[in-house]
Amino acid sequence: MGIAIRVSDVTKIYQRYSHRKQFRTLKSALLGGNLLAELRPDERFEALNDITFNVREGTTFAIIGRNGSGKSTLLKCIAGISKPSAGTVVVKGRISALIELGAGFHPEITGRENIFINGIMLGLSEKEIHDRFDDIVDFAELEEFIDAPVKTYSSGMYMRLGFAVAIHVDPDVLLIDEVLAVGDEAFVHKCLDKIAEFRRRGKTIILVTHSLGLVEKMADEALWIDNSRVQLRGDPKKVVDAYLARVTHHEEKALVAEEEKAVTEFESPKSATEHEEQESEIEPSSAFARKKGRWGSREVEVQEVTLHGADGSARHIFTTGEPVTVRLKVKSTGTIHDFVFGVAIFNADGMCCYGTNTHLEQFTPVKFSGEGEVRFVIPNLRLVEGTYFLDVAAHQRDGYPFDYHRALHQFRVQSKIKDVGIYRPAHRWEFSSNIVLKPPKSTS
Amino acid sequence: MFKNLLTLFRYRVLIQSLVERELKARYRGSVLGFLWSFINPLLQLAIYWFVFSYIMPTRGSMGMSPYALFLFTGILPWTWFSSSVMESSAILISSGNLIKKILFPAEVLPIVIVLSNLVHFFLGLPILFAFLIYYGKVQATLVYLPAIIVLQLFLTLGICFFVSALAVHFRDVQNIIGNFMMLWFFASPVIYSYLTIAPSIQRYLNYNPMTHILVGYQQTLFTGEMGHWPWLLVMIPASLITFLVGYYFFDRLRETFAEEV
Repeated sequence: MGIAIRVSDVTKIYQRYSHRKQFRTLKSALLGGNLLAELRPDERFEALNDITFNVREGTTFAIIGRNGSGKSTLLKCIAGISKPSAGTVVVKGRISALIELGAGFHPEITGRENIFINGIMLGLSEKEIHDRFDDIVDFAELEEFIDAPVKTYSSGMYMRLGFAVAIHVDPDVLLIDEVLAVGDEAFVHKCLDKIAEFRRRGKTIILVTHSLGLVEKMADEALWIDNSRVQLRGDPKKVVDAYLARVTHHEEKALVAEEEKAVTEFESPKSATEHEEQESEIEPSSAFARKKGRWGSREVEVQEVTLHGADGSARHIFTTGEPVTVRLKVKSTGTIHDFVFGVAIFNADGMCCYGTNTHLEQFTPVKFSGEGEVRFVIPNLRLVEGTYFLDVAAHQRDGYPFDYHRALHQFRVQSKIKDVGIYRPAHRWEFSSNIVLKPPKSTS
Repeated sequence: MFKNLLTLFRYRVLIQSLVERELKARYRGSVLGFLWSFINPLLQLAIYWFVFSYIMPTRGSMGMSPYALFLFTGILPWTWFSSSVMESSAILISSGNLIKKILFPAEVLPIVIVLSNLVHFFLGLPILFAFLIYYGKVQATLVYLPAIIVLQLFLTLGICFFVSALAVHFRDVQNIIGNFMMLWFFASPVIYSYLTIAPSIQRYLNYNPMTHILVGYQQTLFTGEMGHWPWLLVMIPASLITFLVGYYFFDRLRETFAEEV
């Protein structure tokens, strides 16, 4: 098998112009007689730094990385849309890039006319388009609307038509940039089937995506780019795991910062007896999000809340099924005989997944003085993937609050399995012998 | 650069279908549709005729009579020229999607503009001919008309390449171009005759390539004598050079388009 794409030492420098330029425009450039000099940038941004890799013919190659890591720039360099500042890209055969679907559509003319023009833009001859026209319309499921102007299409119809034209160019090399994120479930499946068909026919595919499951499922090889450089390249599973580890690391840092901010914000009680809730805004996206707050008399103070994994280290990111311990460092101002400790877990929508306290579980308080630690041990974290908020509290049995932390602490749960809901009961699947399923490759 | 120029030929189907799309899209949804291509020049002619016959009557001296017809002879090619230049100042920016998202030969865009305006020019010609016949002004010099159209085509293409590429880097171009074209209009013999201009001013008008193109139209279509032919000979290399320089400029900046638009 030969090499379909050869990327050698590719560097791409984006040239940015400083603010000064906005004032020194055409007039000054002409008056100064240095028009071409004015076109030179004074700030540079390296989008790709010395990227080298080959893609073998007939393989599927995935590129992953955070937003802004240079994935799309790399794809554009391979497609020939932008030219690398240094290095070379050699592509064997006809190339079709699904970077933005329907980029060349004109809203005023019909779908039929747009198919022709878009096809020609993508390098088809008129005859080839004629031959494939019915397939394209069929694939896009637009028979009824093909003679309506494209401006009357819904965005889904628009994308479908764009995808249908691009895929029917029948390229040797197909570049796909996250375009599968659009469209309904059924159409995405259809696209994936089409891509799978491409693979079977021995075409080369480069896939840029955030869907790591897709990478593990479809790719023969993966490349991880971060900070404009190749971080790792090789077996998709290995690359995805390395990438996830880095993402987790970043998220962990972000959660720590978030929590520090929340706790210090509500650190000082306004006055010992004031039941006032202090309010702050959190993620405006979740309309149901509960207000963060902290209140109470502080006769018992919850000084520190940490979550620990099986190895005892404090973390904010856990995997479904892991053992987790919530540790509360508490301090009492005197000797207290009426006290309750409580913990509750809320999901990002503000729905209570679980809440309990020592009183509900019928512990009878006897006495507490000085400093101590309360541990809430969860042997098996049965939560689905998502962000969760933790409420912790110390109060009297009648509800009089000592120290109440509402939604000040958050943690993330990761899961390879994208199950849904708010709770994952322990379960397994069983099938009678005439129902045959292949079990998942590796369950974690 | 010349290799790129040759590939232009390969894009002829693309250019052709884009011109068709442009023409189709322009009138889609309007009641009169394609008729507008005829009505607009007619209306234009009517306005000029009204203004110069009733509001400020001009004696059509020195071979400008009838004046409305003389005007029309100049306005048709001028409209082709100025619409092309003005539209091309915005074309790369408004077609940013094509340049950024698919592998698309950017030079096709200004070409499509010039050619679709050429089609409008051609649609105006029958009206002009109808009036020429009506006034009994059909001249034998008509045979030179295609040559002048070709000269204007290359000149316009060159200027449009330059303007469209420049506008990507200096958005100011889009703002100034309207007034600039108005100045250019008055600096070209459309509403007045080249021959009636004092020689001291004529000297400056000679630097304006559109002067010679327009005089060419007026002489082939209207007056029927080709006294301006030496200048038109000069315009052959001048148009070609404008075209090549414009294309060269465009080609040099080509790689910056995907990042700047």
